[in-house]
Amino acid sequence: MKIRNYPSVAETLYSEVLPNGLTIRVVPKPNFNRTFAVFATDYGGADRRFSLGGEWIDTPAGIAHYLEHKMFDTKDGNALNVLAANGASPNAFTGTDMTAYYFESTSRFEENLKMLLEFVSVPYFTEESVEKERGIIGQEIGMVEDSPDFQVYIRLMQALYRNSPVRCSVAGTVDSIAQITSQSLYDCHKAFYAPSNMALAVVGKVHPEQVVEIASAILPKEKAPKPVVDFGAPEDLLPVTHRTEVAMEVSAPQFMIGAKVAPQLSGTPRLHQKHVGTLAMNALFGRSSHFYAKLYGKNILSPDFEIDFDYAANTSTLFLAGQSNNPDAVLEEVLAAADNVRRNGLDREKFERLKNATLGSLIFGLEEFESLAVDLAGSAFYNYNVMDTFTQRADVSMEECEAFIAENLTAEKLAMSVVVPGGA
Amino acid sequence: MTLIRNEILPGVWLTCITTDKFKTGCLSISLLTQLQRDTAAMNALIPQVLRRGTRQFPDMEQLAGELDRLYGASIAPAVRKIGEIQSVGLVADFVDGHFVPTQVDMFNDILRLTCQVLLDPVTEHGLFRESYVENEKQQQLDRLRARINDKRSYSVQRIIELMCCYEDFAVSRLGDEETTEAVTARALTEQYHHLLETCPIEIFYCGSCRFKYLRDQLLEDLKDLPRGEIDYDIGTDIRMNTVEDGPRYFTDEMAVTQGKLSIGFRLGEIMDDPDAAPALYVMNALYGGSVTSKLFMNVRERLSLCYYASSLLDLNKGLMIVYSGIDFDQYDAALSEILAQLKAVQDGDFTDEELEAARRGVAAELRTYMDNEGDLEQYWLIRNLRGERMDPMALAERVSTVTRADVIRAAAGLVCDAVYFLRGNGEESEEDEA
Repeated sequence: MKIRNYPSVAETLYSEVLPNGLTIRVVPKPNFNRTFAVFATDYGGADRRFSLGGEWIDTPAGIAHYLEHKMFDTKDGNALNVLAANGASPNAFTGTDMTAYYFESTSRFEENLKMLLEFVSVPYFTEESVEKERGIIGQEIGMVEDSPDFQVYIRLMQALYRNSPVRCSVAGTVDSIAQITSQSLYDCHKAFYAPSNMALAVVGKVHPEQVVEIASAILPKEKAPKPVVDFGAPEDLLPVTHRTEVAMEVSAPQFMIGAKVAPQLSGTPRLHQKHVGTLAMNALFGRSSHFYAKLYGKNILSPDFEIDFDYAANTSTLFLAGQSNNPDAVLEEVLAAADNVRRNGLDREKFERLKNATLGSLIFGLEEFESLAVDLAGSAFYNYNVMDTFTQRADVSMEECEAFIAENLTAEKLAMSVVVPGGA
Repeated sequence: MTLIRNEILPGVWLTCITTDKFKTGCLSISLLTQLQRDTAAMNALIPQVLRRGTRQFPDMEQLAGELDRLYGASIAPAVRKIGEIQSVGLVADFVDGHFVPTQVDMFNDILRLTCQVLLDPVTEHGLFRESYVENEKQQQLDRLRARINDKRSYSVQRIIELMCCYEDFAVSRLGDEETTEAVTARALTEQYHHLLETCPIEIFYCGSCRFKYLRDQLLEDLKDLPRGEIDYDIGTDIRMNTVEDGPRYFTDEMAVTQGKLSIGFRLGEIMDDPDAAPALYVMNALYGGSVTSKLFMNVRERLSLCYYASSLLDLNKGLMIVYSGIDFDQYDAALSEILAQLKAVQDGDFTDEELEAARRGVAAELRTYMDNEGDLEQYWLIRNLRGERMDPMALAERVSTVTRADVIRAAAGLVCDAVYFLRGNGEESEEDEA
């Protein structure tokens, strides 16, 4: 196994790529009771048009998520129950560009890991069981559609992107999932669930060699080709529309402001861009920013205000989201803050303090086994390693952050989605 | 991992867990007072206003800048409702000094700053700064109004309000809009001094520091804490039976596409038994608190009546709440199935496998508390309020020995007190059918 030490934070990462192409990453935490394991595929809601050996296949919105639900069916019943009966707490999620199956347990780790690898690699469902799931997923879609957080997000993505599959809900719609059959689910499993397209990450009380042994014994030996995915032609960085609004049963307007950013597609450049974007957004809009204090003091922003910079399906997007009685004033202040950086730059002393805070939040992240494991797996799909943050973060300069702000936070690039109180 | 608990000042208890397991530390200071309709909103505002600025760092920007310097430490207001006790205070989370460059004295600085936020707020003429009070009142009103945005948690809060309408437990941890609006800077400052003088205070720490060093630092940083006659007369009134002879039924209408059904139960006489917790945990996991539960397996998996159907326990107040998301026209079917599954548990109609899965699930969850400082903080605050000393590992052991008879006994006294349904108004359901 490859061993990489991070002495400043007393962590060690063990990694291995099996002959079948599976990436394995393990961070042992011997003093803890629990172990978190995630088995993930580089396949999510946006991977709808793909080719495996020449022919292009189009699939309906929501199929990756539907497949996630059906993967829990096994010859002997339901994997969720078998794992839970063994004391593990299992679950799964489908994102825009990955599907992850995971469990946390405090005992019988080996048994649980075997079960996880088995049920995710062997589909077992019938036309009938697929049909039955349609009601449950329909309920889930109804629940998601009632959520203001979801509406404000998906409408922003639709305002920003012209054709990209990131415009669609990962769960699809009641209409789109009506087209899903057991055969189409089997096809997607075959295309995307080969070990070469997957990663296994474990954080917690575990011996790394044991993880490799179990995975080698259980998973298929041959290395399958990776599918080619088509996300459509790259888009320019301008939004389709600058503002979108809908009424829902909410107490106050919910807003999300966003802009498309030219993405670094993989490797170290992506990790670096992620640092720059995150630090730039925090410098300008974070909790210690003048922007936040000012708007909070005017009751225009509340503590649920969040900023984010994220990647999906060959796109990257920056976000500012929260609740406000005057979202248009927030947008104006966002532009004014960015203009101010264009003219005067960032404050050096505050920037250095913010770098302290960034190191702190990364150290906090080492104790969040779930997100650490998911990031270890997810970063493998883009040929970098999230732990390298500890060796690289110091390289980010204030000038790069200023350039990021100047380039991306402009009136012509930003769009805003608002959910206003009203409802039917 | 060693735990030491000691009264370091009159009515001020320090619970100190010393361990080098974590790369971060956690410190909380909680003032404990009786939850009451007329004071809950005011009490909840106090830590919010305190967090706005100290004499040394008089506004949010400066305070946040200092927290950035301390490697992204956070000091957050914490307002909790534990039974009918309201806990108001601060929770600080910070990186352990061993993992950051040595020029910053992390531990002493964060300790001092947290105590300063509690004791040394920025004031005008001896009162909280008016603009901060008005600002935080508005934020609290927004927060109270925002409860309808998440229909799942809203339906749980509504059933508690409706079921416990004659008890103080109906009051939200933030009070209500009316009493929030009525708060003035003068009244808030007076209440703040009153709480500092009279409340029992729980301080919790988990991290690499040893008890003696921590105590000495705290005694120094808290030397201006006024202590008067401590009001130990706080606690929870536990109602064993239903308010009326049968369940009361309530409905709200809103523009939603999915209905929310929540059902409130009283746990009954088992609440007289101080050792009932392990059996109640297992009963809840078996009935509706896990993916192996009766509710998940039947209401969701077998009958596809819902996307989720779960139960949660409140052992401090003696309640169990079932909450579920369903189609509007499945109300009768879901309600009768949920009640039928409870009867099955009461009748002992469950397999040994179901029982074992429930025991394992609860025990595993308790063991994971040992791995998370936030969980330990919450766990010990509640245990300290209840005067219990059992740590999560020992409680997990007890859970592993819960028998079938224990579970049946734990479920026996459960009675349904109220049923709440959040349904759509006409227009949305038509759209639903289209």
